[in-house]
Amino acid sequence: MIRSPRFWSWVAFGGGLLYFFIPLIGMFEFSLRARRGEYSFQAYTNVLSDPQFHQTFVYSAIMALFTIVFGVLIVTPTAFWVRLKLPRLRPIVEFITLLPLVIPPIVIVFGYIRLYNTSSWLPLTGSAFGTDILLMFGYATLALPYMYRAIDTGLRSIDVGTLTEAAQSLGAGWFTIITRLILPNVLVAVLSGAFLTFAIVIGEYVFAALLNRPAFGPYMVWMGGNKAYEPAALAVLAFAITWACMALIQLATRFSKHTRAQR
Amino acid sequence: MTDATITDAATRPPATNPVQRLSLTWFGVVPFLIFAFLFLILPTLNIVIGAFRTPDGSVTLANIRGLFVPEIINPFWLSMKISLLTAFLGCLIGLAMAAAVTKGGLPSWIRDAMLTFSGVASNFAGVPLAFAFIATLGRLGLVTVVLKEVFGINLAGLGFNLISFLGLTLTYLYFQIPLMILIITPALDGLKREWREAAEMLGATGSQYWRMVAMPVLWPSLLGTFALLFANAFGAVATAMALTGSSLSIIPIILFAQIRGDVLQDPHLGYAVAFGMIVITGIANLVYIVLRARAERWLK
Repeated sequence: MIRSPRFWSWVAFGGGLLYFFIPLIGMFEFSLRARRGEYSFQAYTNVLSDPQFHQTFVYSAIMALFTIVFGVLIVTPTAFWVRLKLPRLRPIVEFITLLPLVIPPIVIVFGYIRLYNTSSWLPLTGSAFGTDILLMFGYATLALPYMYRAIDTGLRSIDVGTLTEAAQSLGAGWFTIITRLILPNVLVAVLSGAFLTFAIVIGEYVFAALLNRPAFGPYMVWMGGNKAYEPAALAVLAFAITWACMALIQLATRFSKHTRAQR
Repeated sequence: MTDATITDAATRPPATNPVQRLSLTWFGVVPFLIFAFLFLILPTLNIVIGAFRTPDGSVTLANIRGLFVPEIINPFWLSMKISLLTAFLGCLIGLAMAAAVTKGGLPSWIRDAMLTFSGVASNFAGVPLAFAFIATLGRLGLVTVVLKEVFGINLAGLGFNLISFLGLTLTYLYFQIPLMILIITPALDGLKREWREAAEMLGATGSQYWRMVAMPVLWPSLLGTFALLFANAFGAVATAMALTGSSLSIIPIILFAQIRGDVLQDPHLGYAVAFGMIVITGIANLVYIVLRARAERWLK
Protein backbone atom coordinates (compact mmCIF):
# COMPACT_ATOMS: atom_id res chain seq x y z
CA MET A 1 0.00 0.00 0.00
CA ILE A 2 1.61 3.23 -1.12
CA ARG A 3 0.55 6.51 0.40
CA SER A 4 1.68 10.04 -0.35
CA PRO A 5 4.64 11.54 1.55
CA ARG A 6 2.28 14.04 3.08
CA PHE A 7 0.34 11.19 4.69
CA TRP A 8 3.50 9.88 6.36
CA SER A 9 4.39 13.43 7.45
CA TRP A 10 1.07 13.66 9.26
CA VAL A 11 1.68 10.23 10.82
CA ALA A 12 5.13 11.26 12.12
CA PHE A 13 3.80 14.57 13.36
CA GLY A 14 0.71 13.03 14.96
CA GLY A 15 2.75 10.36 16.74
CA GLY A 16 5.06 13.02 18.11
CA LEU A 17 2.09 15.10 19.21
CA LEU A 18 0.69 12.19 21.23
CA TYR A 19 4.02 11.36 22.85
CA PHE A 20 4.71 14.96 23.83
CA PHE A 21 1.26 16.01 24.96
CA ILE A 22 0.06 12.97 26.91
CA PRO A 23 2.65 13.46 29.71
CA LEU A 24 1.71 17.13 29.92
CA ILE A 25 -1.97 16.24 30.21
CA GLY A 26 -1.13 13.46 32.65
CA MET A 27 0.90 15.81 34.81
CA PHE A 28 -1.87 18.44 34.83
CA GLU A 29 -4.64 15.93 35.51
CA PHE A 30 -2.64 14.34 38.33
CA SER A 31 -1.98 17.72 39.94
CA LEU A 32 -5.77 18.29 40.19
CA ARG A 33 -6.48 15.04 42.07
CA ALA A 34 -5.46 16.16 45.57
CA ARG A 35 -9.04 16.01 46.86
CA ARG A 36 -10.72 12.64 46.72
CA GLY A 37 -13.49 12.36 44.14
CA GLU A 38 -13.24 15.82 42.57
CA TYR A 39 -10.80 17.96 40.64
CA SER A 40 -9.39 20.89 42.59
CA PHE A 41 -6.40 23.18 42.80
CA GLN A 42 -5.71 21.91 46.32
CA ALA A 43 -2.20 20.67 45.43
CA TYR A 44 -1.31 24.11 44.07
CA THR A 45 -2.68 25.79 47.19
CA ASN A 46 -0.61 23.43 49.33
CA VAL A 47 2.55 24.11 47.33
CA LEU A 48 2.10 27.87 47.13
CA SER A 49 1.40 28.20 50.84
CA ASP A 50 4.43 26.11 51.80
CA PRO A 51 7.10 28.40 53.29
CA GLN A 52 9.76 25.96 52.05
CA PHE A 53 8.54 26.54 48.51
CA HIS A 54 8.95 30.29 48.91
CA GLN A 55 12.39 30.05 50.48
CA THR A 56 13.85 27.61 47.97
CA PHE A 57 12.29 29.30 44.97
CA VAL A 58 13.48 32.75 46.01
CA TYR A 59 16.92 31.32 46.77
CA SER A 60 17.19 29.76 43.31
CA ALA A 61 15.81 32.86 41.59
CA ILE A 62 18.39 35.06 43.35
CA MET A 63 21.14 32.59 42.46
CA ALA A 64 19.97 32.72 38.86
CA LEU A 65 20.11 36.53 38.81
CA PHE A 66 23.62 36.60 40.25
CA THR A 67 24.70 33.89 37.83
CA ILE A 68 23.32 35.90 34.90
CA VAL A 69 25.09 39.10 36.00
CA PHE A 70 28.36 37.28 36.61
CA GLY A 71 28.06 35.35 33.34
CA VAL A 72 27.41 38.50 31.30
CA LEU A 73 30.29 40.32 33.01
CA ILE A 74 32.76 37.54 32.30
CA VAL A 75 31.59 36.48 28.83
CA THR A 76 30.88 39.83 27.11
CA PRO A 77 34.36 41.39 27.48
CA THR A 78 35.97 38.06 26.58
CA ALA A 79 33.91 37.47 23.44
CA PHE A 80 34.42 41.13 22.44
CA TRP A 81 38.15 41.04 23.04
CA VAL A 82 38.60 37.74 21.19
CA ARG A 83 36.74 39.16 18.17
CA LEU A 84 38.63 42.44 18.21
CA LYS A 85 42.20 41.63 19.23
CA LEU A 86 42.79 37.93 19.65
CA PRO A 87 41.18 35.99 16.81
CA ARG A 88 43.94 33.42 17.14
CA LEU A 89 42.68 32.58 20.63
CA ARG A 90 39.17 31.91 19.38
CA PRO A 91 39.44 28.10 18.96
CA ILE A 92 40.82 27.80 22.50
CA VAL A 93 38.15 30.00 24.08
CA GLU A 94 35.40 28.20 22.13
CA PHE A 95 36.78 24.86 23.20
CA ILE A 96 36.75 25.92 26.86
CA THR A 97 33.17 27.18 26.60
CA LEU A 98 32.08 23.82 25.18
CA LEU A 99 33.77 21.80 27.93
CA PRO A 100 30.76 21.95 30.30
CA LEU A 101 28.85 19.94 27.69
CA VAL A 102 31.59 17.32 27.65
CA ILE A 103 32.36 16.96 31.34
CA PRO A 104 29.29 15.69 33.21
CA PRO A 105 28.15 18.28 35.81
CA ILE A 106 28.37 15.68 38.56
CA VAL A 107 32.11 15.33 37.87
CA ILE A 108 32.64 19.11 38.01
CA VAL A 109 30.89 19.42 41.37
CA PHE A 110 32.86 16.42 42.63
CA GLY A 111 36.01 18.39 41.78
CA TYR A 112 34.65 21.45 43.62
CA ILE A 113 34.07 19.42 46.77
CA ARG A 114 37.61 18.08 46.58
CA LEU A 115 39.28 21.42 45.78
CA TYR A 116 37.35 23.87 47.91
CA ASN A 117 36.57 21.87 51.05
CA THR A 118 37.27 23.17 54.54
CA SER A 119 40.82 21.78 54.66
CA SER A 120 41.86 23.14 51.24
CA TRP A 121 43.73 26.30 50.16
CA LEU A 122 40.46 28.08 49.35
CA PRO A 123 37.87 26.74 51.85
CA LEU A 124 34.77 28.03 50.07
CA THR A 125 32.52 25.29 51.44
CA GLY A 126 33.41 26.31 54.98
CA SER A 127 30.63 28.91 55.21
CA ALA A 128 27.14 29.23 53.74
CA PHE A 129 28.16 32.40 51.93
CA GLY A 130 31.29 30.80 50.49
CA THR A 131 29.25 27.82 49.30
CA ASP A 132 26.76 30.17 47.65
CA ILE A 133 29.63 31.82 45.77
CA LEU A 134 30.91 28.41 44.72
CA LEU A 135 27.42 27.37 43.61
CA MET A 136 27.12 30.55 41.56
CA PHE A 137 30.44 29.83 39.85
CA GLY A 138 29.18 26.31 39.18
CA TYR A 139 25.97 27.60 37.62
CA ALA A 140 27.96 30.10 35.55
CA THR A 141 30.04 27.15 34.32
CA LEU A 142 26.92 25.17 33.38
CA ALA A 143 25.50 28.18 31.53
CA LEU A 144 28.81 29.07 29.84
CA PRO A 145 28.20 27.21 26.53
CA TYR A 146 24.82 28.89 26.04
CA MET A 147 25.87 32.32 27.27
CA TYR A 148 29.00 32.43 25.13
CA ARG A 149 27.25 31.21 21.99
CA ALA A 150 24.41 33.71 22.45
CA ILE A 151 26.69 36.71 22.98
CA ASP A 152 29.17 35.69 20.29
CA THR A 153 26.32 35.37 17.78
CA GLY A 154 25.15 38.83 18.83
CA LEU A 155 28.65 40.26 18.28
CA ARG A 156 28.84 38.65 14.84
CA SER A 157 25.91 40.75 13.62
CA ILE A 158 27.59 44.07 14.44
CA ASP A 159 30.81 45.46 13.03
CA VAL A 160 32.86 45.35 16.22
CA GLY A 161 36.07 46.77 14.72
CA THR A 162 34.55 49.84 13.08
CA LEU A 163 32.31 50.65 16.03
CA THR A 164 35.24 50.42 18.44
CA GLU A 165 37.45 52.64 16.28
CA ALA A 166 34.65 55.19 15.96
CA ALA A 167 34.19 55.24 19.73
CA GLN A 168 37.93 55.50 20.32
CA SER A 169 38.28 58.40 17.92
CA LEU A 170 35.56 60.14 19.91
CA GLY A 171 37.64 59.60 23.04
CA ALA A 172 35.85 56.66 24.68
CA GLY A 173 37.78 54.38 27.04
CA TRP A 174 37.38 50.59 27.15
CA PHE A 175 34.89 50.70 30.01
CA THR A 176 32.68 53.14 28.08
CA ILE A 177 33.03 51.05 24.91
CA ILE A 178 31.90 47.86 26.59
CA THR A 179 29.10 49.30 28.74
CA ARG A 180 27.68 51.93 26.39
CA LEU A 181 28.48 50.54 22.95
CA ILE A 182 28.90 46.75 22.97
CA LEU A 183 26.38 45.73 25.65
CA PRO A 184 23.46 47.77 24.24
CA ASN A 185 24.19 46.38 20.78
CA VAL A 186 24.16 42.76 21.91
CA LEU A 187 21.40 43.28 24.47
CA VAL A 188 19.03 40.89 22.72
CA ALA A 189 21.69 38.18 22.64
CA VAL A 190 22.45 38.83 26.32
CA LEU A 191 18.74 38.53 27.14
CA SER A 192 18.44 35.19 25.31
CA GLY A 193 21.43 33.88 27.24
CA ALA A 194 19.97 35.27 30.47
CA PHE A 195 16.57 33.59 30.14
CA LEU A 196 18.16 30.29 29.20
CA THR A 197 20.44 30.58 32.23
CA PHE A 198 17.41 31.28 34.41
CA ALA A 199 15.65 28.16 33.13
CA ILE A 200 18.75 26.05 33.78
CA VAL A 201 19.46 27.38 37.29
CA ILE A 202 15.86 27.21 38.57
CA GLY A 203 15.57 23.47 37.97
CA GLU A 204 19.17 22.46 38.67
CA TYR A 205 19.54 19.60 41.13
CA VAL A 206 22.99 18.00 41.24
CA PHE A 207 25.13 21.02 42.16
CA ALA A 208 22.73 22.29 44.82
CA ALA A 209 22.18 18.84 46.33
CA LEU A 210 25.84 17.93 46.57
CA LEU A 211 26.84 21.35 47.90
CA ASN A 212 23.94 21.13 50.38
CA ARG A 213 22.25 24.40 49.53
CA PRO A 214 18.48 24.95 49.95
CA ALA A 215 17.67 25.38 46.25
CA PHE A 216 14.47 24.65 44.33
CA GLY A 217 15.79 21.46 42.66
CA PRO A 218 16.49 19.55 45.89
CA TYR A 219 13.16 20.82 47.26
CA MET A 220 11.35 19.29 44.29
CA VAL A 221 13.12 15.96 44.82
CA TRP A 222 12.22 16.07 48.50
CA MET A 223 8.58 16.70 47.58
CA GLY A 224 8.71 13.81 45.12
CA GLY A 225 9.72 11.47 47.90
CA ASN A 226 7.21 12.71 50.47
CA LYS A 227 4.02 13.88 48.74
CA ALA A 228 1.68 12.39 46.16
CA TYR A 229 0.03 15.20 44.17
CA GLU A 230 2.17 18.23 45.01
CA PRO A 231 5.09 17.08 42.80
CA ALA A 232 2.80 17.13 39.76
CA ALA A 233 1.75 20.67 40.66
CA LEU A 234 5.43 21.62 40.95
CA ALA A 235 6.09 20.05 37.55
CA VAL A 236 3.28 22.14 36.03
CA LEU A 237 4.79 25.28 37.58
CA ALA A 238 8.29 24.33 36.36
CA PHE A 239 6.94 23.72 32.87
CA ALA A 240 5.24 27.12 32.91
CA ILE A 241 8.51 28.78 33.98
CA THR A 242 10.49 27.03 31.22
CA TRP A 243 7.84 28.02 28.71
CA ALA A 244 7.91 31.64 29.92
CA CYS A 245 11.72 31.78 29.60
CA MET A 246 11.59 30.45 26.02
CA ALA A 247 8.75 32.81 25.13
CA LEU A 248 10.76 35.76 26.45
CA ILE A 249 13.74 34.69 24.31
CA GLN A 250 11.52 34.63 21.21
CA LEU A 251 10.00 37.94 22.16
CA ALA A 252 13.44 39.52 22.56
CA THR A 253 14.54 38.15 19.19
CA ARG A 254 11.41 39.37 17.45
CA PHE A 255 11.80 42.78 19.06
CA SER A 256 15.37 43.07 17.76
CA LYS A 257 14.31 42.17 14.19
CA HIS A 258 11.73 44.92 14.39
CA THR A 259 14.21 47.59 15.46
CA ARG A 260 16.74 46.47 12.85
CA ALA A 261 14.18 46.69 10.06
CA GLN A 262 13.40 50.28 10.94
CA ARG A 263 16.96 51.43 10.43
CA MET B 1 44.83 48.20 35.26
CA THR B 2 43.26 51.52 34.28
CA ASP B 3 41.39 52.19 31.08
CA ALA B 4 43.95 54.69 29.92
CA THR B 5 46.90 52.31 29.85
CA ILE B 6 45.08 49.67 27.79
CA THR B 7 43.88 52.25 25.30
CA ASP B 8 47.39 53.56 25.15
CA ALA B 9 48.84 50.12 24.52
CA ALA B 10 46.25 49.25 21.91
CA THR B 11 46.62 52.43 19.89
CA ARG B 12 50.39 52.78 20.11
CA PRO B 13 52.22 51.89 16.87
CA PRO B 14 53.28 48.22 16.99
CA ALA B 15 56.98 48.95 16.47
CA THR B 16 57.53 50.65 19.85
CA ASN B 17 57.30 47.75 22.24
CA PRO B 18 55.83 44.52 20.83
CA VAL B 19 56.44 42.48 23.97
CA GLN B 20 54.56 44.82 26.29
CA ARG B 21 51.80 45.28 23.73
CA LEU B 22 51.28 41.55 23.49
CA SER B 23 51.07 41.08 27.24
CA LEU B 24 48.52 43.89 27.57
CA THR B 25 46.43 42.49 24.73
CA TRP B 26 46.28 39.18 26.54
CA PHE B 27 45.06 40.91 29.66
CA GLY B 28 41.55 41.27 28.16
CA VAL B 29 40.83 37.54 28.44
CA VAL B 30 42.61 36.94 31.74
CA PRO B 31 39.51 37.12 34.01
CA PHE B 32 37.76 34.55 31.83
CA LEU B 33 40.79 32.26 31.73
CA ILE B 34 41.22 32.46 35.52
CA PHE B 35 37.54 31.64 36.00
CA ALA B 36 37.64 28.73 33.55
CA PHE B 37 40.85 27.42 35.09
CA LEU B 38 39.65 27.57 38.70
CA PHE B 39 36.08 26.34 38.25
CA LEU B 40 36.20 24.10 35.23
CA ILE B 41 39.65 22.83 34.37
CA LEU B 42 41.31 22.53 37.77
CA PRO B 43 38.40 20.62 39.39
CA THR B 44 38.33 18.19 36.46
CA LEU B 45 42.10 17.73 36.49
CA ASN B 46 41.96 17.15 40.22
CA ILE B 47 39.55 14.26 39.71
CA VAL B 48 41.57 12.83 36.82
CA ILE B 49 44.80 12.94 38.85
CA GLY B 50 42.99 11.50 41.87
CA ALA B 51 41.99 8.54 39.73
CA PHE B 52 45.66 7.65 39.25
CA ARG B 53 46.78 8.17 42.84
CA THR B 54 46.77 6.05 45.96
CA PRO B 55 45.61 7.66 49.24
CA ASP B 56 49.25 8.29 50.20
CA GLY B 57 49.95 10.08 46.93
CA SER B 58 51.90 7.64 44.78
CA VAL B 59 50.92 6.89 41.17
CA THR B 60 48.86 3.77 40.52
CA LEU B 61 46.59 2.07 38.01
CA ALA B 62 44.83 0.07 40.71
CA ASN B 63 41.86 2.50 40.84
CA ILE B 64 41.22 2.09 37.12
CA ARG B 65 41.54 -1.67 37.46
CA GLY B 66 39.10 -1.43 40.37
CA LEU B 67 36.41 -0.25 37.93
CA PHE B 68 36.28 -3.69 36.35
CA VAL B 69 34.22 -5.35 39.04
CA PRO B 70 30.55 -6.26 38.44
CA GLU B 71 29.11 -3.66 40.85
CA ILE B 72 30.75 -0.84 38.88
CA ILE B 73 31.08 -2.15 35.35
CA ASN B 74 27.41 -3.21 35.23
CA PRO B 75 26.10 0.31 36.02
CA PHE B 76 28.53 1.68 33.42
CA TRP B 77 27.15 -0.82 30.92
CA LEU B 78 23.54 -0.02 31.82
CA SER B 79 24.23 3.71 31.38
CA MET B 80 25.85 3.06 28.01
CA LYS B 81 22.87 0.97 26.88
CA ILE B 82 20.33 3.59 27.93
CA SER B 83 22.37 6.38 26.35
CA LEU B 84 22.90 4.48 23.10
CA LEU B 85 19.26 3.44 22.83
CA THR B 86 17.82 6.90 23.63
CA ALA B 87 20.36 8.56 21.32
CA PHE B 88 19.45 6.14 18.50
CA LEU B 89 15.69 6.44 18.95
CA GLY B 90 15.99 10.19 19.55
CA CYS B 91 17.85 10.60 16.24
CA LEU B 92 15.43 8.38 14.33
CA ILE B 93 12.19 9.89 15.65
CA GLY B 94 13.57 13.43 15.71
CA LEU B 95 14.67 13.09 12.08
CA ALA B 96 11.28 11.72 11.05
CA MET B 97 9.47 14.60 12.75
CA ALA B 98 11.87 17.26 11.47
CA ALA B 99 11.65 15.84 7.94
CA ALA B 100 7.87 15.80 8.20
CA VAL B 101 7.66 19.51 8.96
CA THR B 102 10.48 20.77 6.73
CA LYS B 103 10.09 18.55 3.67
CA GLY B 104 6.78 16.76 4.11
CA GLY B 105 4.40 19.45 2.92
CA LEU B 106 2.85 20.27 6.29
CA PRO B 107 1.62 23.84 6.88
CA SER B 108 4.43 26.19 7.91
CA TRP B 109 2.85 27.24 11.22
CA ILE B 110 3.33 23.64 12.39
CA ARG B 111 7.04 23.99 11.76
CA ASP B 112 7.30 27.16 13.87
CA ALA B 113 5.16 25.70 16.64
CA MET B 114 7.23 22.52 16.71
CA LEU B 115 10.56 24.36 16.87
CA THR B 116 9.29 26.53 19.72
CA PHE B 117 7.96 23.52 21.57
CA SER B 118 11.27 21.68 21.02
CA GLY B 119 13.11 24.58 22.62
CA VAL B 120 10.89 24.24 25.69
CA ALA B 121 10.88 20.43 25.86
CA SER B 122 14.65 20.09 25.46
CA ASN B 123 14.98 22.30 28.54
CA PHE B 124 12.17 20.60 30.43
CA ALA B 125 14.49 17.91 31.74
CA GLY B 126 15.46 16.91 35.22
CA VAL B 127 13.15 16.59 38.20
CA PRO B 128 9.87 18.01 36.77
CA LEU B 129 10.12 15.72 33.75
CA ALA B 130 10.32 12.70 36.03
CA PHE B 131 7.22 13.93 37.90
CA ALA B 132 5.33 14.33 34.61
CA PHE B 133 6.06 10.72 33.69
CA ILE B 134 5.18 9.41 37.14
CA ALA B 135 1.86 11.27 36.82
CA THR B 136 1.29 9.68 33.42
CA LEU B 137 2.70 6.15 33.50
CA GLY B 138 3.22 5.61 37.22
CA ARG B 139 1.08 3.25 39.28
CA LEU B 140 -1.75 5.83 39.54
CA GLY B 141 -0.85 7.78 36.40
CA LEU B 142 -3.39 8.96 33.88
CA VAL B 143 -2.50 6.51 31.11
CA THR B 144 -2.23 3.58 33.52
CA VAL B 145 -5.65 4.33 35.01
CA VAL B 146 -7.37 5.00 31.67
CA LEU B 147 -5.97 1.81 30.15
CA LYS B 148 -7.13 -0.21 33.13
CA GLU B 149 -10.60 1.26 33.56
CA VAL B 150 -11.59 1.93 29.96
CA PHE B 151 -9.74 -0.76 28.03
CA GLY B 152 -9.15 -3.32 30.76
CA ILE B 153 -5.41 -3.39 30.10
CA ASN B 154 -3.27 -3.77 33.19
CA LEU B 155 0.13 -2.23 32.42
CA ALA B 156 1.76 -3.58 35.57
CA GLY B 157 0.31 -7.00 34.77
CA LEU B 158 1.98 -6.84 31.36
CA GLY B 159 5.29 -6.35 33.12
CA PHE B 160 5.59 -2.59 32.56
CA ASN B 161 7.26 -0.65 35.32
CA LEU B 162 8.23 3.00 35.00
CA ILE B 163 11.21 2.43 37.29
CA SER B 164 13.01 0.29 34.75
CA PHE B 165 15.20 0.39 31.67
CA LEU B 166 12.15 0.86 29.45
CA GLY B 167 10.64 3.55 31.68
CA LEU B 168 13.87 5.54 31.83
CA THR B 169 14.27 5.23 28.05
CA LEU B 170 10.74 6.56 27.47
CA THR B 171 11.43 9.48 29.82
CA TYR B 172 14.83 10.42 28.36
CA LEU B 173 13.35 10.50 24.86
CA TYR B 174 11.27 13.47 26.00
CA PHE B 175 14.36 15.69 25.91
CA GLN B 176 16.37 13.73 23.33
CA ILE B 177 13.87 13.99 20.45
CA PRO B 178 13.43 17.79 20.75
CA LEU B 179 17.20 18.28 20.92
CA MET B 180 17.53 16.26 17.70
CA ILE B 181 14.79 18.34 16.05
CA LEU B 182 16.53 21.58 17.04
CA ILE B 183 19.90 20.48 15.67
CA ILE B 184 18.80 18.63 12.54
CA THR B 185 16.27 21.15 11.20
CA PRO B 186 18.98 23.57 9.94
CA ALA B 187 20.73 20.61 8.29
CA LEU B 188 17.49 19.60 6.55
CA ASP B 189 17.01 23.20 5.44
CA GLY B 190 20.48 22.94 3.92
CA LEU B 191 19.29 20.26 1.51
CA LYS B 192 18.80 22.28 -1.64
CA ARG B 193 15.63 21.96 -3.64
CA GLU B 194 17.76 21.78 -6.81
CA TRP B 195 19.30 18.49 -5.67
CA ARG B 196 15.88 16.92 -5.40
CA GLU B 197 14.80 18.32 -8.74
CA ALA B 198 18.00 17.13 -10.38
CA ALA B 199 17.50 13.66 -8.91
CA GLU B 200 13.89 13.54 -10.09
CA MET B 201 14.88 14.72 -13.55
CA LEU B 202 17.29 11.79 -13.73
CA GLY B 203 14.42 9.49 -12.83
CA ALA B 204 14.98 8.92 -9.11
CA THR B 205 12.06 7.94 -6.89
CA GLY B 206 11.46 9.62 -3.54
CA SER B 207 13.13 6.85 -1.60
CA GLN B 208 16.07 6.76 -4.02
CA TYR B 209 16.55 10.50 -3.51
CA TRP B 210 16.60 10.06 0.29
CA ARG B 211 18.85 7.01 0.16
CA MET B 212 21.36 8.20 -2.44
CA VAL B 213 21.39 12.01 -2.15
CA ALA B 214 19.94 13.30 1.13
CA MET B 215 21.30 10.63 3.47
CA PRO B 216 24.96 10.84 2.39
CA VAL B 217 24.78 14.63 2.88
CA LEU B 218 23.04 14.35 6.25
CA TRP B 219 25.13 11.45 7.51
CA PRO B 220 27.83 13.46 9.33
CA SER B 221 25.22 15.64 11.06
CA LEU B 222 23.25 12.56 12.05
CA LEU B 223 26.26 10.75 13.50
CA GLY B 224 27.44 13.94 15.19
CA THR B 225 24.08 14.60 16.79
CA PHE B 226 23.95 10.97 17.86
CA ALA B 227 27.20 11.51 19.77
CA LEU B 228 25.84 14.66 21.40
CA LEU B 229 22.61 12.94 22.45
CA PHE B 230 24.62 10.05 23.83
CA ALA B 231 26.71 12.35 26.05
CA ASN B 232 23.57 14.24 27.02
CA ALA B 233 21.87 11.09 28.33
CA PHE B 234 25.02 9.67 29.87
CA GLY B 235 25.60 12.63 32.18
CA ALA B 236 21.94 13.09 33.22
CA VAL B 237 21.42 12.55 36.93
CA ALA B 238 18.38 14.48 38.14
CA THR B 239 15.78 12.80 35.91
CA ALA B 240 16.86 9.30 36.87
CA MET B 241 17.20 10.30 40.50
CA ALA B 242 13.68 11.74 40.75
CA LEU B 243 12.18 8.90 38.73
CA THR B 244 13.75 5.89 40.37
CA GLY B 245 15.19 7.10 43.66
CA SER B 246 18.35 5.05 43.65
CA SER B 247 16.79 1.71 42.72
CA LEU B 248 18.12 1.65 39.16
CA SER B 249 21.91 1.48 39.17
CA ILE B 250 23.12 3.70 36.38
CA ILE B 251 26.59 5.11 36.76
CA PRO B 252 25.75 8.79 37.56
CA ILE B 253 23.56 7.59 40.44
CA ILE B 254 26.38 5.40 41.76
CA LEU B 255 28.73 8.40 41.60
CA PHE B 256 26.14 10.61 43.33
CA ALA B 257 25.85 8.13 46.20
CA GLN B 258 29.64 7.86 46.33
CA ILE B 259 30.07 11.64 46.66
CA ARG B 260 27.33 11.80 49.31
CA GLY B 261 28.50 8.95 51.45
CA ASP B 262 31.46 7.04 50.03
CA VAL B 263 29.38 3.91 49.31
CA LEU B 264 32.30 2.30 47.46
CA GLN B 265 34.36 2.76 50.63
CA ASP B 266 37.34 3.98 48.64
CA PRO B 267 37.46 7.69 47.67
CA HIS B 268 39.97 7.03 44.92
CA LEU B 269 37.68 4.47 43.31
CA GLY B 270 35.13 7.31 43.19
CA TYR B 271 37.62 9.45 41.23
CA ALA B 272 38.18 6.53 38.88
CA VAL B 273 34.40 6.27 38.26
CA ALA B 274 34.27 10.02 37.51
CA PHE B 275 37.29 9.65 35.23
CA GLY B 276 35.58 6.81 33.38
CA MET B 277 32.56 9.05 32.80
CA ILE B 278 34.76 11.84 31.41
CA VAL B 279 36.48 9.40 29.05
CA ILE B 280 33.17 8.11 27.66
CA THR B 281 31.48 11.51 27.19
CA GLY B 282 34.81 12.89 25.93
CA ILE B 283 35.00 10.28 23.17
CA ALA B 284 31.35 10.90 22.24
CA ASN B 285 31.95 14.64 21.97
CA LEU B 286 35.20 14.25 20.05
CA VAL B 287 33.22 12.30 17.46
CA TYR B 288 30.64 15.08 17.50
CA ILE B 289 33.16 17.88 16.96
CA VAL B 290 34.95 16.10 14.10
CA LEU B 291 31.75 15.14 12.30
CA ARG B 292 30.18 18.53 12.89
CA ALA B 293 33.07 20.28 11.17
CA ARG B 294 32.63 17.94 8.22
CA ALA B 295 28.86 18.45 8.15
CA GLU B 296 29.09 22.23 8.08
CA ARG B 297 30.78 22.14 4.70
CA TRP B 298 27.43 21.20 3.14
CA LEU B 299 25.49 23.94 4.85
CA LYS B 300 27.28 26.91 3.33
